[in-house]
Amino acid sequence: MTSHITPPRPSRGVGALPFTPPLPLFLLQPVLNRIVRKIAAENPDMFARLGPHRHEHFLIDPTNMPFMLYLRPDPDALDFRAINRCTTPPPHVARISGSFLDLLTLMDAEQDGDALFFSRDLIVTGDTEAVVCLRNALDDVDEPIAESVADMFGPPGRAALNALRRAAENATKRKEAQS
Amino acid sequence: MIKPELICPAGTPAALRSAVDAGADAVYCGFQNETNARNFVGLNFTDAELEKSIQYAHDGGTKVLITLNTFPPAGKFDLWRQAADTAARLGADACIVADIAVAEYIQRKHPDMRIHLSVQAAASSPEAIEYYVREFGVKRVVLPRIMTVGEIKGLVEEIPCEVETFIFGNHGLMVEGRCSLTNYVTGQSTNMDGACSPAACVKYERADDGSMSTKLGGYMIDRFGPNETAGYPTICKGRYRADPREDGYYAFEEPISLNASTMLPELINAGVHAFKIEGRQRSRAYVKKVVGAFREAVDAIMAGQEPKLADLVALTEGQKQTEGALKTKKWR
Repeated sequence: MTSHITPPRPSRGVGALPFTPPLPLFLLQPVLNRIVRKIAAENPDMFARLGPHRHEHFLIDPTNMPFMLYLRPDPDALDFRAINRCTTPPPHVARISGSFLDLLTLMDAEQDGDALFFSRDLIVTGDTEAVVCLRNALDDVDEPIAESVADMFGPPGRAALNALRRAAENATKRKEAQS
Repeated sequence: MIKPELICPAGTPAALRSAVDAGADAVYCGFQNETNARNFVGLNFTDAELEKSIQYAHDGGTKVLITLNTFPPAGKFDLWRQAADTAARLGADACIVADIAVAEYIQRKHPDMRIHLSVQAAASSPEAIEYYVREFGVKRVVLPRIMTVGEIKGLVEEIPCEVETFIFGNHGLMVEGRCSLTNYVTGQSTNMDGACSPAACVKYERADDGSMSTKLGGYMIDRFGPNETAGYPTICKGRYRADPREDGYYAFEEPISLNASTMLPELINAGVHAFKIEGRQRSRAYVKKVVGAFREAVDAIMAGQEPKLADLVALTEGQKQTEGALKTKKWR
């Protein structure tokens, strides 16, 4: 069942990364499809941790990027899409917001989700139980997800990931310097 | 001087492997049901996962302790029996129990299994602990977080079993195993269902000004300003309006974590046999960092060196830490 949360007003994102002009999202789609299918194929046990929430849609909101990600972690009907931040997001049970770097390091188990929540760098709204299930499922995936995704694309993939990390780190440093 | 074991949390097989790799002497974990006090969605171990995890831990020289630390309600005892049988069949090194019926069952059916008395049993007096040792063969007691180091030292000298103390993590000083605050608000029991503030009952609401409200079972229990650090959505860490003060305040406890890293030498001198890190609900990133930091600190102290105390404040609730009652009864 999908109990939708009120969609927030579209926004351009907060402190968007300087190198990210409006992105033709259709270019991202095949990449996202490959990512989610690879993770699902290599970690079939993770879906059990999601319980009934595997059928739900999640909105993952990297607040300093021009797009958001729309995920249904259902092994029988995987859905992982980039959506334009300037449009009203489709129905979702929960929204997980944070900087791109925080979300990336969270996914790779380099950071603790509770700690990001305590510091208010991670914002969760909607169905808390669904989010907790997704967090626990991803946390039981051993290999670094971002690294293995980058590896799918060889040296250009790894270079792109490093560039993303550097840009996100710089954006964070700028934000800290301004505050 | 006894070298204390480092007892580390694991909510998933990946977290268990992280704990083993980071130097845990023992890992504690539970099944995916009401038999343990971290019965949270998406967390804990299936029988098959536990079997593989015990193998992994034993290969790394690490023990596995199974949490059976809740209280079986009438008519549901079979679940706890099955859990104890499974723990024994898979070769677990000890069961951590709170209920005397569970302890009696393990003692009778699995006499070779070590029994540790959970903090949920809230046993802190020599008389109470001696009762558990005498009647159920308890080998170790996990002490409530309400005792000073001096009191712990006195207790160690009086009781005929090992002592385990918390050194990091949640700092909820309710009488553990007796707290019914979640039950009052959500209808689910921390002590019998194993879930304090179950996620299905938690809602976070963000206002346009950046403030965030936490609701449990439909009741607002705290509201954090835009730049204010947050805590767990538990009643004991909520902020309330009450007569003694004009504004809302933390009437029970504040969002803060225990960090006893500066107290380790004193605790070792007090004769504590094991140090426990709380946090089965936390990520493997937490497990890796906290276990690694305390492994290094304990090893340094035992080698007669000054321990390097890693900065763990970023991982603490509300990004605040305290030595709690270990240092003083006036921890607030």
